[in-house]
Amino acid sequence: MENLIALLVAAPLLGAAVLLCGGRRLDRAGHWLGTLLAAASFVIGVVLFLDMLGKGAEDRTLHQKLFSWIPVEGFQADVAFQLDQLSMTFVLLITGVGTLIHIYSIGYMAHDERRRRFFGYLNLFLAAMLILVIADNYLLLYVGWEGVGLASYLLIGFWQHKPSAATAAKKAFLVNRVGDMGLSIAIMLMFTTFGTFAFGPVLEATGQTSEGKLTAIGLMLLLAACGKSAQVPLQSWLGDAMEGPTPVSALIHAATMVTAGVYLIVRSGAIFNAAPDAQLVVVVVGAVTLLFGAIVGCAKDDIKKALAGSTMSQIGYMILAAGLGPIGYVFAIMHLVTHGFFKAGLFLGAGSVMHGMNDEVDMRKFGGLRKYMPVTFITFGLGYLAIIGFPGLSGFFSKDKIIEAAFAKGGTEGWILGAVTLLGAAITAFYMTRVMLLTFFGEKRWQPDAEGHEPHPHESPKSMTIPMIVLAFGSVFAGGFFSIGDRFLNWLEPVTGHSHGHAPVSATTVTAATMVVLVIGVAIAWAMYGRKPVPVVAPRGSLLTRAARRDLLQDDFNHVVLVRGGEHLTRSLVYVDHTLVDGVVNGTAASMGGLSGRLRKLQNGYARSYAVSMFGGTAVLIAATLLMRAV
Amino acid sequence: MSATAVHSLWTTAGGMASAAPAEKFKAPVIEYTQLTPVLIVIGVAVVGVLVEAFVPRRARYYTQVFLAVVALAAAFAAVVGLAAGGYGTTKAHIAAMGAIAIDGPTLFLQGTILLTALVAVFTFAERRLDPASHGNQVDSFAAQAASVPGSDSEKAAVRAGFTTTEVFPLVLFSVAGMLVFPAANDLLTLFVALEVFSLPLYLLCAVARRKRLMSQEAAVKYFLLGAFSSAFLLFGIALLYGYAGSVSYAAIAHVVDGSVTQIDPALADTMGNDALLLIGGAMILTGLLFKVGAVPFHMWTPDVYQGAPTPVTGFMAAATKVAAFGALLRLLYVVLPGLAWDWRPVMWAVAIVTMLGGAIVAITQTDIKRLLAYSSIAHAGFILAGVIATTPDGISSVLFYLGAYSFVTVGAFAVVTLVRDAGGEATHLSKWAGLGRRSPLVAAVFAVFLLAFAGIPLTSGFAGKFAVFKAAAEGGAGGLVVVGVISSAIAAFFYIRVIVLMFFSEPKADGPTVAVPSPLTMTTIAVGVAVTLVLGLAPQYFLDLAGQAGVFVR
Repeated sequence: MENLIALLVAAPLLGAAVLLCGGRRLDRAGHWLGTLLAAASFVIGVVLFLDMLGKGAEDRTLHQKLFSWIPVEGFQADVAFQLDQLSMTFVLLITGVGTLIHIYSIGYMAHDERRRRFFGYLNLFLAAMLILVIADNYLLLYVGWEGVGLASYLLIGFWQHKPSAATAAKKAFLVNRVGDMGLSIAIMLMFTTFGTFAFGPVLEATGQTSEGKLTAIGLMLLLAACGKSAQVPLQSWLGDAMEGPTPVSALIHAATMVTAGVYLIVRSGAIFNAAPDAQLVVVVVGAVTLLFGAIVGCAKDDIKKALAGSTMSQIGYMILAAGLGPIGYVFAIMHLVTHGFFKAGLFLGAGSVMHGMNDEVDMRKFGGLRKYMPVTFITFGLGYLAIIGFPGLSGFFSKDKIIEAAFAKGGTEGWILGAVTLLGAAITAFYMTRVMLLTFFGEKRWQPDAEGHEPHPHESPKSMTIPMIVLAFGSVFAGGFFSIGDRFLNWLEPVTGHSHGHAPVSATTVTAATMVVLVIGVAIAWAMYGRKPVPVVAPRGSLLTRAARRDLLQDDFNHVVLVRGGEHLTRSLVYVDHTLVDGVVNGTAASMGGLSGRLRKLQNGYARSYAVSMFGGTAVLIAATLLMRAV
Repeated sequence: MSATAVHSLWTTAGGMASAAPAEKFKAPVIEYTQLTPVLIVIGVAVVGVLVEAFVPRRARYYTQVFLAVVALAAAFAAVVGLAAGGYGTTKAHIAAMGAIAIDGPTLFLQGTILLTALVAVFTFAERRLDPASHGNQVDSFAAQAASVPGSDSEKAAVRAGFTTTEVFPLVLFSVAGMLVFPAANDLLTLFVALEVFSLPLYLLCAVARRKRLMSQEAAVKYFLLGAFSSAFLLFGIALLYGYAGSVSYAAIAHVVDGSVTQIDPALADTMGNDALLLIGGAMILTGLLFKVGAVPFHMWTPDVYQGAPTPVTGFMAAATKVAAFGALLRLLYVVLPGLAWDWRPVMWAVAIVTMLGGAIVAITQTDIKRLLAYSSIAHAGFILAGVIATTPDGISSVLFYLGAYSFVTVGAFAVVTLVRDAGGEATHLSKWAGLGRRSPLVAAVFAVFLLAFAGIPLTSGFAGKFAVFKAAAEGGAGGLVVVGVISSAIAAFFYIRVIVLMFFSEPKADGPTVAVPSPLTMTTIAVGVAVTLVLGLAPQYFLDLAGQAGVFVR
């Protein structure tokens, strides 16, 4: 069975190689090949999963060593895979949702002449993401980490003829570099601390290591997670990343890649458990991002950017849960999986709406679409109910668990975190209801596009609707399936560990409170966007609204603090370089040149003076030799 | 005592005439098979002289080129055969009655000299670069060396299509001397070998077809200064003989060590006098340092390199250095190791001024051949750093460096022969501006050689320099390595400047053209590039080879 693990990666990697190197001959069949290989990877994943289910909880972990990567004395790195319950969960999510989105893309990208390349990039992404989650050491994980970053860059900028897309890709890449730096420093620290990168030895050795070192490693890992998962303060790229094709937003920037940070923190749980300070920072980052993303999501009129804000906020929930330690690990991953279903479904729904509306993204120019796109409406609606936590649907179970866990943290912290998560739930209900109302309800506010074409909204083709339907099933039932009988908890507990904490309030109270804030959020949204007609041009809005429309001034902040500061720094460095460094260098060069000019005059062309030089040289040589003996 | 010695000499002479006892005369034992490399080269050189006398003029060129190539190749094969027979390692010994040492360094250096000479001979034989004069293809050498430049006899010789085919036997004689030079195991053999390889070189320097006056001036300077240095060497030999009572390396080394068993009564007064040893040793070093071109005995180098016909310059710059460093190594490691405390500080100083002097003066050079001459001076300094290490690694690193350096040098000078204008080779640097735009391949090849000279990684120059500096540092000469690295940095400036000039300057309107050479020169350049890259990319095999060869027999 172990030998199958490498095939998980090999299938999409083969697809990427063939599609990207194959040339135009593959234009007609390339998308089928890409989809087939993604599906093959999913099938292998399912086979491995069934095999894993057949074993006892303690011996479910599989290892496969492919080859010695860097065999140097004192520095051993292998290309080796480890498949345990945590990795398995991700493998199924990645290949499953990935395959659905491949199918969706066949329809969505039908008219794009670079479709083959698009599927090549998607396969590349799958391969890299799988390496990330099944690597058995941090160094190989880093390979996958960089690989998904590359695929993300290529896909955000897929329509590179649009300057906005090219810029967004560059921005995502640069911001991610900051996080990647964190990961590489963390790996270096691990090597100096533990002498290895493999998960097993590193995580077992945390007990014998000083807390200071672990805190440093933990904070660097958190920095990495912030970059990849768009958490404050490295969140600014995610909104712009919506320039990429919508299937990309669904797969990479909602369901899978952006959750890699959560995986990293949960995987490194032993390190964070032993470093409470780092853990506290994780919780703070999660809590801040949770509110930040939610507020941004409330103000955006671009449907994809509103959903992107929502993604940030939901990942904030997961990071927060992961920061709670053993109380929250399982629920972080559970929310990650259910979020994978409903957020991917919501994005695919948004893509379907855009598909029918001449690629319009401004929700103020939608309205009343439910009659024209019934399947999209129903699947999007189910995703909506799931994300706001409507009782019985996926989001209800997973988010509720996180809120409970936040309270269970105990003490003042627990109350604060509980309050924040509840507030987040209310805002989620508000902005998602807003999206729903603006898009599918109310009056038609359609506008002709730039070339004057009236939109003719229509339902999307089967290749697009079927993945949406499948994801809607997941959005509805996954949470319940996981929670009943604590199935998910029992499945993951051997890997992540679990503790219940001491909840100051009962689970029922928490659920009731969640319901109350849910109703409040929906009601406010209804009052603002349901009862009265929505203006096509956005009103000026309050100060907070205007700030939120500008992503709470994140870019302005970065510009003033980082860009300006960086410019000043470079300018002063250039000044030092030009005056001091160049001065020394040029001065040395000039003095050498002068010396050279003087010395070459000795070479006057007369054999007699050459002979004198030899004679003198010999005399000095003899004198020096004798002198050496005398001394 | 001395009176009896003289007396007995006189009586023995009388006795010889009557009836010399048979057992008193021992026929010298000469291991001819082990001397085959030398014998082949010198034999074919003699045949070459006969060819000049008896073969019709038209056929001489082809005969001579054929003979020279076959001789060098056969001699190289003989060296390989000897090495394969274990003469470099287990069977290493002193041959020819103590005159010649057959050991690892000897065979390694002989092989290097022969291969270098072989590829250099190809450039000697090149006849396509100069435009044909009066319907005759001509090479780089004067039509008739004896004719006065600008005279009628010269014009007549040119019109008749004469060529100086004597250069080929001359090269072979020179090579024969060079083969013996690093193998010499007594001081007299050393001196004879020195003269055998030097005299043909003086002649070769004088026979350039173009700029003949400059060529003759170079030859005269080289000859005068060479004779001067030979005098030092010879005087040093005399003093050492006075010190040790023998010219044999082993015998001198015994006296230096103090492990001598018998004292020649005729020399009892002087023997073991350290002043003689120190002064004599220093004078012999002078002679050898002159040949390697170390500061302050280097001043002939730029003038001679510039004036000599470029193929000769390439051959001389590469092969002389190999032979001379071989002899220097043997002298210091076999004869004078007991004296290391005396000569090491002095050689330190010589190495430092050589490295810095060569690199600094090269900065302001404007002629490519002079630039390469100063570069060779700086390289002599780098090699001296390895010599000073006095460790087995020192020997092997110097051997490797010499092998790597000689091919780069021959290749670089071969490229210089290609860049020409109406006056022959365009050696002024300003004419090389923009060469990379006009002839990218030639410029790229030259850039490879320059990078190797500068010691940039992935070229043989880096591997060699690294080996030498490593050996020097481990041998306790860390300060020397620091100076070496600084000099390398200075030297990099003028190498890279030529590359910048070739690739990043606008070509001049009246710039030179790059002649298309025959396969002969192409082979030389291709071998140079190949060796440079192979030794740069995978040096380990050759480092190991040099390591195995790096043991002197005593």
